[in-house]
Amino acid sequence: MSRLTEDNVRLAKEIIGRYPKPRSATIPLLHLAQEQDGYVTNDAMAHIGDLVGATSAEVFGTASFYEMFKFEPVGKYLLNICGTMSCALLGAEELMHHAEGRLGIKMGSTTDDGLITLERAECQAACTEAPCLQVNYRYRYRMTTQDLDSLIDDLTAGKLTEEIPAHGTVAVVRQHIPVDRGVGAVPPESVTQNPEWLDGKAAL
Amino acid sequence: MTGGTWQHAPGFYEGDRPRIVTSRFQYEDSYTLERYLATDGYKGLRAALSRPSTEVHEEVRTATVLGRGGAGFPAGNKWGLTPQGVWPRYLVVNGDESEPGTYKDRLLMERDPHQLIEGCLIASYAAGLSQCFLYVRGEMALAQERIAAALNEAYAAGYVGKNILGSRFSLDIVLHWGAGAYVVGEETALIESLEGNRGMPRLKPPYFPAAVGLYGQPTIVNNVETLANLPWLMNNGAAAYTAIGTATSPGTRMVAVSGHVNRPGVYEIINGTTTFRDLLYGDEFCKGIRDGNELKAFVPGGGSAPWFTADQLDLPFEASQVGPAGSMLGSGAIMVMDSTTDIPRAALTLTRFYAHESCGKCTPCREGGTWLERILSRVVDGKGTDADLEQIFEVGESICPGSFPHASNEKLGIAAVPFPYRMNTICFVGPSAYAPVHSALTLFRSEFDARVTKRNRIPVTAVGQ
Amino acid sequence: MTTIDPGTTDAQDTPPVDPNAVSITINGRTVAARKGEFIIAAADRVDEYIPRFCYHPRMSSVGMCRQCMVEVEGPRGPMMVVSCMTPVADGQVVRTDTPQVKRAQEGMIELLLANHPLDCPVCDKGGECPLQDQAFSHGAGESRFVEEKRHYEKPIPISELVFLDRERCILCDRCTRFADEVAGDPLISFTQRGNNTQVMTFPDEPFASYFSGNTVQICPVGALTAQPYRFKARPWDLEQRESTCTTCSVGCRTVVQSSRDELLRYQGVDSDPVNWGWLCDRGRFNFQSTNSEDRLITPQVKSGDSFSATTWSEAMETVARTIRLASPGSVAIIGGARGTNEDAYMWATLADAAGITMRDAQLDDGLPASIFSYPQATIDSTCASGTVILIAPDFKEEMPVMYLRLRDAVQKKRIRIIEISSHETGLTKHAWRSVRSEPGTSAASIAALGADAEIAAQLASGPVTIVAGRANLAESASFTMAAVDAAMKIAPSSTVLPVLRRGNVRGAMTLGLAPRNGLDTAAILEASANGRVECLILLGADPLSDVADADLARRGIAGAKFVVAVDTFLSPSAAHADIVLPAAAYGEKDGTTMNLEGRVTSVAQKITPRGTSRADWMIAAELLSTLGHDTGIATLADVQKHMAKNVVGYGSTTTSVAIRRDGVVVSVAIPAESTSIAPGVAPRNSYEFRLDVGRKLYDRAIGTLTSPSLENLAGTSHVIIHSLDLDRVGAAEGANVRVSNSHSSLVLPVRASDSVPRGTAVIPFNQVGADVRELIRHGESVNDVRIESM
Ligand SMILES: Cc1cc2nc3c(=O)[nH]c(=O)nc-3n(C[C@H](O)[C@H](O)[C@H](O)COP(=O)(O)O)c2cc1C
Ligand code: SF4
Ligand code: FES
Repeated sequence: MSRLTEDNVRLAKEIIGRYPKPRSATIPLLHLAQEQDGYVTNDAMAHIGDLVGATSAEVFGTASFYEMFKFEPVGKYLLNICGTMSCALLGAEELMHHAEGRLGIKMGSTTDDGLITLERAECQAACTEAPCLQVNYRYRYRMTTQDLDSLIDDLTAGKLTEEIPAHGTVAVVRQHIPVDRGVGAVPPESVTQNPEWLDGKAAL
Repeated sequence: MTGGTWQHAPGFYEGDRPRIVTSRFQYEDSYTLERYLATDGYKGLRAALSRPSTEVHEEVRTATVLGRGGAGFPAGNKWGLTPQGVWPRYLVVNGDESEPGTYKDRLLMERDPHQLIEGCLIASYAAGLSQCFLYVRGEMALAQERIAAALNEAYAAGYVGKNILGSRFSLDIVLHWGAGAYVVGEETALIESLEGNRGMPRLKPPYFPAAVGLYGQPTIVNNVETLANLPWLMNNGAAAYTAIGTATSPGTRMVAVSGHVNRPGVYEIINGTTTFRDLLYGDEFCKGIRDGNELKAFVPGGGSAPWFTADQLDLPFEASQVGPAGSMLGSGAIMVMDSTTDIPRAALTLTRFYAHESCGKCTPCREGGTWLERILSRVVDGKGTDADLEQIFEVGESICPGSFPHASNEKLGIAAVPFPYRMNTICFVGPSAYAPVHSALTLFRSEFDARVTKRNRIPVTAVGQ
Repeated sequence: MTTIDPGTTDAQDTPPVDPNAVSITINGRTVAARKGEFIIAAADRVDEYIPRFCYHPRMSSVGMCRQCMVEVEGPRGPMMVVSCMTPVADGQVVRTDTPQVKRAQEGMIELLLANHPLDCPVCDKGGECPLQDQAFSHGAGESRFVEEKRHYEKPIPISELVFLDRERCILCDRCTRFADEVAGDPLISFTQRGNNTQVMTFPDEPFASYFSGNTVQICPVGALTAQPYRFKARPWDLEQRESTCTTCSVGCRTVVQSSRDELLRYQGVDSDPVNWGWLCDRGRFNFQSTNSEDRLITPQVKSGDSFSATTWSEAMETVARTIRLASPGSVAIIGGARGTNEDAYMWATLADAAGITMRDAQLDDGLPASIFSYPQATIDSTCASGTVILIAPDFKEEMPVMYLRLRDAVQKKRIRIIEISSHETGLTKHAWRSVRSEPGTSAASIAALGADAEIAAQLASGPVTIVAGRANLAESASFTMAAVDAAMKIAPSSTVLPVLRRGNVRGAMTLGLAPRNGLDTAAILEASANGRVECLILLGADPLSDVADADLARRGIAGAKFVVAVDTFLSPSAAHADIVLPAAAYGEKDGTTMNLEGRVTSVAQKITPRGTSRADWMIAAELLSTLGHDTGIATLADVQKHMAKNVVGYGSTTTSVAIRRDGVVVSVAIPAESTSIAPGVAPRNSYEFRLDVGRKLYDRAIGTLTSPSLENLAGTSHVIIHSLDLDRVGAAEGANVRVSNSHSSLVLPVRASDSVPRGTAVIPFNQVGADVRELIRHGESVNDVRIESM
């Protein structure tokens, strides 16, 4: 159970600064918390509430609405196998059964060594590459049961640690707005007149 | 291989069709600023900024750039709906692509992020928007990375931020990302989510985003593909744009064809004229049904759309024709089922999706969607009764009163019920849970009858009477 | 002179012609409506009932349950719309009775029942349940849902007072909306999604809101239940009467419900000028004290140092004899604020007849009667005035529903609050300006405000209301009066809303229990301490617990030759009495009461008084006749006739029979005594801290101590100082420190808060643990203490 680290608080403040209202940063900060601990702890939610000006209950209400946030530890690798139509038409169920058999666990559970969590996922916007899956939100396309086996082999052998960060980290590149270039966010109520370029003249 | 690398090469470049939004996909490094600048990058922005914003807006209006997010509302007109003299106004880019079958926005974000950024800049300039939020679906790691990198490059190079290109035009573009909830793609839910709340749609009226949106301010919500059209439009003009396609559906649009075709893929096709037959059987597209099988049915516009069969193959990508035929073009997603398809099971995969993705706000969707899923899976498992099949229509009636749209079918001798439907729900998720099972039951009743045992239901009496 | 506030007379029944009036038809009937109003509200006014679950007239619409769908004629034929969110429009044609509508309503009911446990027979709500009722009236009467229902752990406590059964919940968002929108305590929220959506608190963070009981009342099913009422009764066994809560002087309207002559529940009633249907949890649940086993049920007479039961007639004889034999001017009455107007009037009549001049309904914790001589404001006028200057106690703690009204007015941008206080209050975060001012300096701080151009402009921009009450019991009332005068100087045409806290204190003072010749409670106790009080009558008053100067109270009670206590419980003070007379409690007597704004409303008897206890007015009436005065008063109606005749400002409109729900505002001229002008404030000497003592909603008051559900909610005594002061004292947060002055020395845990100005020490009143009153002296206009780490 941990609150956000000092570094992450600094990052959090940078993120909050981009929005006209702090609360808009809630979801990005929840991701930050999950990146830090692998899942979203109660302390982190309370901390985020303090940072964005919401009660813990409100933060939890938001967090629990979204699929990606986990409230207890999951495997290092989250294996999301898509089960929606296009993938289902091309053997998703078979993939899932194979995965369950190979790992000896049911969908929605984690291997004893805490390495892999299996989940049935909904459409991943890769329908033309069906059947597909994601490992910590990195895609694998046109999966056969053999592909799945070799993927699990690689994960177990630690071959993919470079390519795929442990669960919690989604994007590894972050946006940074340079102070000298950024316009800066202001609360809506303090904006009173229209942007100056709307004066019917060209901006350039 | 982590997504995003090259796998669509075949489809894209066969046939010399105009490429408005996918022109750079041929390059490995299409997502870099360097490549972008080398291929007319940010020229459209310069062109726009050297004209009064009102003219730019007018140009987009005359081009009738149809919304690509599903509703198909012309962007230029939408921008005009913001109330006069209310500031600030925001642009929210809808990159939450999660409609079953839909796969195009992610490609545009991964492969050509600068094109999208330029589109955001042009739109914000034209409509007088003070800040732009680029909402990317949470599960799309690569898209988030590519956009973050592109934004960092663009800020450094002076294309985004203060005094863009040294002009009087300034704009921040903020990368925002979700956390997994389909309904957040609905524009008012998108705004709730962006405000840090549960992504539950707001009732319209009074919440048409253009009037009352983010933080209660006028807000334009546009789809990624819609905005990606703008740089080309600025470079080539409305005339060139409307010269492609038809008057009511100008330009091109991206379509993902998945399922039982020989060459599934994402194709940029000419709007309005291309037919479903071209797309499914054409050599420059999908090259026919797999293993030479028969086409059984296809979903023409994303998982929410009522199904079509071979009878509708010759319809063009034209809303004014697809609607009366009983379905919609939606988000440019076609899912193809061949003769081997287990129809009830296929319908279940979609109904389950919408039941699972219900936000839970309104009763018919929250309770009805799950109920439909429960009944349907019982039927699929062979545990259903004929009464269950009737009950599906009963539950459907509580979600969407009146007759539900469906296609005509010669063999069955049924006529089409035109789109759209009436609904008791706040948004379209509830009805979408019903659409697939309704289509399946209407067009392939025999497959259900074969699955169920004839039994008369025993009603369960309510509230301790 | 009488002024009956126009806003509260017949005004509601005939609204003034509305510029944006529109006309619509509902099921063929023409209905007058107002622009912006929703169809469902217009329909309610003409009793065209549209079923609904999530809609609540005092909260914003969300249109979630979809039960209220109706048909509206549109350009493309009839459309189904949610009537709770569709505004009326002129010429709109609405139908609530078509087959379409009926089908939708039945469909919605069936879907809502799909996952509902249908455990109505064992549900508190069964019999008064909107879901159950509408299932009968608008349902198909059968469910075809044969699947497994949702299952959750059965009722879980989400606070000390409220239980949640998620299986029964239909997710109407009423409780969560109330917590967020109305109470401003968003401690419960929807969690999860879709079919798994459920209302929950944050793990291990209870729904600790002073208003939690309201969520139970507005829950349309039995999902939220109140601990004090669970399984107590079936609604059809309940009898009820409309009444007024007298826990504090807001005067919220309630229904008092009982079964088999036992009080079982209060529910809020929507009185537009007062409480809008809301109650605070203390007011809602402290009826339990009426049922308490510890109630006094027979007159008691002291023999030696123990009591023995006696008869009323003997008790009366003894009291009458004592009064008769007492030397002139040596009889005193303290209290009367807890009773009805009728009680107060009869005791004042007795006092006049027996020449008792020493009388005071307040316990040295309020303001002099001269506060009533300013132009008076009402709750509504306050919540509508452009600016509100707060020189008052923490409303959230002392008058919670007043806090709701002010918070609402701020949220709706109707008022701007300028708060002058020596520490942060519940309203601070809603205040436009909040000025911290050390005890004794509020007048100066206010004068300074006048100099601020922005504030001056705000004050000039519209009507101003000064809300004035005693915020600090360790500071002389004259400072508050001086602050009011200072505010009057910077905003001369202001009206004043006096916030005297005790239930019917304004009524009691109005009806003759206000001090004469400056002989207030403090003076009476001082006189008594000096042996000049031969008979001290305590009218439901407990100086030993309530008077801020504990020493003065002790000396006063000890010094009185003979003490008569009229009370419902044997309070610490009553324990020192020579005669104890058992009084009827709230819910056991009829009459009227007067709230802080002077609004007279009815209080209702619902059960027979415990034992031989009787209403205070009867006791007074009987004493009068025992003393040989023939008043000819035998019934409550007689009392009210006399009041109407003899009290200037009281009319026949003010009898419990005549007044309707919202009551009438009367303003009665009270012989105003000249206010003692504020003494200058001595600079703080070696004593580094100035005391600031305010109340908390839950304290050791007898009414809460004898209500099992509230008994344990009082906090523990502690002292709060600025964090820099904490460093200076050299104590750690939470550590015990010694708080002392020449009078006494206490050991208290210390907390740091930068919301407290440096040099000020905030100690809550009457909490569990060391008693701050030991440090307070009435004689000192402000009270200073030294704080040392140990
Ligand atoms: C349930 C639901 C899901 C939606 N999902 C998306 C989506 O993922 N992406 C998108 O661009 N639009 C989506 N839409 C449409 C949006 O509400 C909105 O119409 C669109 O983003 C507007 O952009 P456009 O006018 O450029 O098409 C969805 C609508 C509904 C009702
Ligand atoms: S239809 Fe479903 S998803 Fe849409 S608002 Fe209602 S419950 Fe939410
Ligand atoms: S009362 Fe209108 S939707 Fe619930």
